[in-house]
Amino acid sequence: MSLFDHLVIFPVLVPFFIAVALLLPSLTNSLARQRVITITANILMVVIAFTLLFTVKEQGIQVYALGDWSAPFGIVLVADTFSVLLVCLSAILGLAVTLYASAGEDKNGDFFHPLIMFQLMGINGAFLTGDAFNLFVFFEVLLIASYALLMHGGGKQRIQANIHYVFLNLIGSSLFLFALGTLYGTLGTLNFADMADRIPLLSHNELLITKSGALLLLAVFGLKAAMLPLHFWLPKAYASTSAPVAALFAIMTKVGIYSIWRIHGAMFADQAGELANIALPWLWPIALLTIAIGAIAVLASQSLRVLCSNLVVVSVGTLLVTICLNTVQATAAGIYYLLHSTIACAAMFLLAGLIQQQRGKAEDRFVASRAMPQAGILGFVFALLAIALIGMPPLSGFVGKALILQSVTNANQAMWVWPLVLVAGLIALIALSRAGTSLFWRTSGESTNELKGQPIQYVAIGLLVAILPLMVIFGGAVSDFSQLAAEQLKTGLTLQQLNEVAQ
Amino acid sequence: MELVYAVCVGFMSACGIFLMLRGHTFTLVIGLTMLSYAVNLFLFASGGLTIGAPAVLNGSENYADPLPQALVLTAIVIGFAMTAFAVILAMRGRSELGNDHVDGTEPFDRLAAEDKS
Repeated sequence: MSLFDHLVIFPVLVPFFIAVALLLPSLTNSLARQRVITITANILMVVIAFTLLFTVKEQGIQVYALGDWSAPFGIVLVADTFSVLLVCLSAILGLAVTLYASAGEDKNGDFFHPLIMFQLMGINGAFLTGDAFNLFVFFEVLLIASYALLMHGGGKQRIQANIHYVFLNLIGSSLFLFALGTLYGTLGTLNFADMADRIPLLSHNELLITKSGALLLLAVFGLKAAMLPLHFWLPKAYASTSAPVAALFAIMTKVGIYSIWRIHGAMFADQAGELANIALPWLWPIALLTIAIGAIAVLASQSLRVLCSNLVVVSVGTLLVTICLNTVQATAAGIYYLLHSTIACAAMFLLAGLIQQQRGKAEDRFVASRAMPQAGILGFVFALLAIALIGMPPLSGFVGKALILQSVTNANQAMWVWPLVLVAGLIALIALSRAGTSLFWRTSGESTNELKGQPIQYVAIGLLVAILPLMVIFGGAVSDFSQLAAEQLKTGLTLQQLNEVAQ
Repeated sequence: MELVYAVCVGFMSACGIFLMLRGHTFTLVIGLTMLSYAVNLFLFASGGLTIGAPAVLNGSENYADPLPQALVLTAIVIGFAMTAFAVILAMRGRSELGNDHVDGTEPFDRLAAEDKS
């Protein structure tokens, strides 16, 4: 048994051990040491995630049976291309966030670095887990870290936003358990592969109960993913927290989307017999309305961070559309768009943090204020990110949206999806131009140099911004990966295959 | 037994939901606690209710499904941690915001305002 055999569990174990180590006295007392350790750990995580990605590509889906107990009873981690792509994404985000926070944001409260590591552990675990109950457990791990992170730095506004966020998520967790109990009652298992095997075999009087359990799960994941009408907590929570935390949270809604994909897009997909595609009639209107309402809220936003939060809602709607389209091609397009939108939104949140820092009391609101000391470079990055978020060529947003629009083959569906996605893009263009002009051009008075951003903050943003053109230059490779991910997600593994791979 | 059990779970969830709709963090915490009790009982029942059957596989013909019990145990642990966090958050919110309404301010009471004037 070499260390390499345990690669699948590393994305969960490494952040866990680092987080625990960071709580030891000699490390809690020194912020400098904490920074070095978290940044090193995050670089290590990026390496691990990409090694895992190429392993999965070469050798197919990896299954890790914890304690060597076999699947329906034992806990398994399943690393297919989709989950590993998302683990790579969270590793990159984690690195950028810790770099940015090391400039001083982590001084505002205690335990910033350990909490980030616990949060990454929860996120990676949720992506890699192979059964529904552990999905719940990892959700709770990432949520409890996020509750504390959201409050990081304190202040009235944050506490108030946090109260909504925490209590909504606690209610969501209770419903999650109700749904799991319902599904366990009829299916007798919570392992994803086993559940998918058993769903077509359900007897007639169990169908309705299973259906209600599955739809309850949709509501729960919808709450985490901020799909309409469960998205009201999001703009306030994301806009009131600190920049690095908001940037890390850009992936949190995607955890919800990922789970919807896993359960409703794959498990209850075409092969599920009478329960095939039960979520689709609900998801279609919700997805389209999420885009529409999100776009209207984008227009109404009064500050850059609220605007960006609403763009997250729009991207959630767009991803829900790709789930609804329910083809391998649409799923692949959705996965590409997911990677792009998470990185672009996270970068925008970090940039909003810098803008807020340099504008003093005006923060990031769209009002006239004194000029920013580094307006040139900030404006350039803002323009780049705006192009990516709107979906204009040549950055990855264009490729993502083009792939999604291309995958709509049915004329009836195209009639709804094309105009909404394109008009949402137009609205983003209008809102972001207004934001840019008022932030960078409506200035009065001299700038002060003491508010300048630190180089490490620019490195963090640069890291994320650099990925956007890279996703176009290496677009072929990335879309190959997303294609593979979509195929693996749609085919899935049977329990027997799962146990064979685990051997 | 099933009927009594189901009524208990249902009643407890109903109480929890009623309390959570009150809009104050104190009732919200109590409501959440009740709801999480209901969840635990519900999870426990999801493996089927049996009497006189041991949970462990000790070779007897008749045994209860051990998996829901493992799930309930995990759910209880997580539920306790979350409730503890919620209580602390509610207290912090009460001290920083000056009241325990979930929106941070008491909603405007038109009738009370008319009484005063």
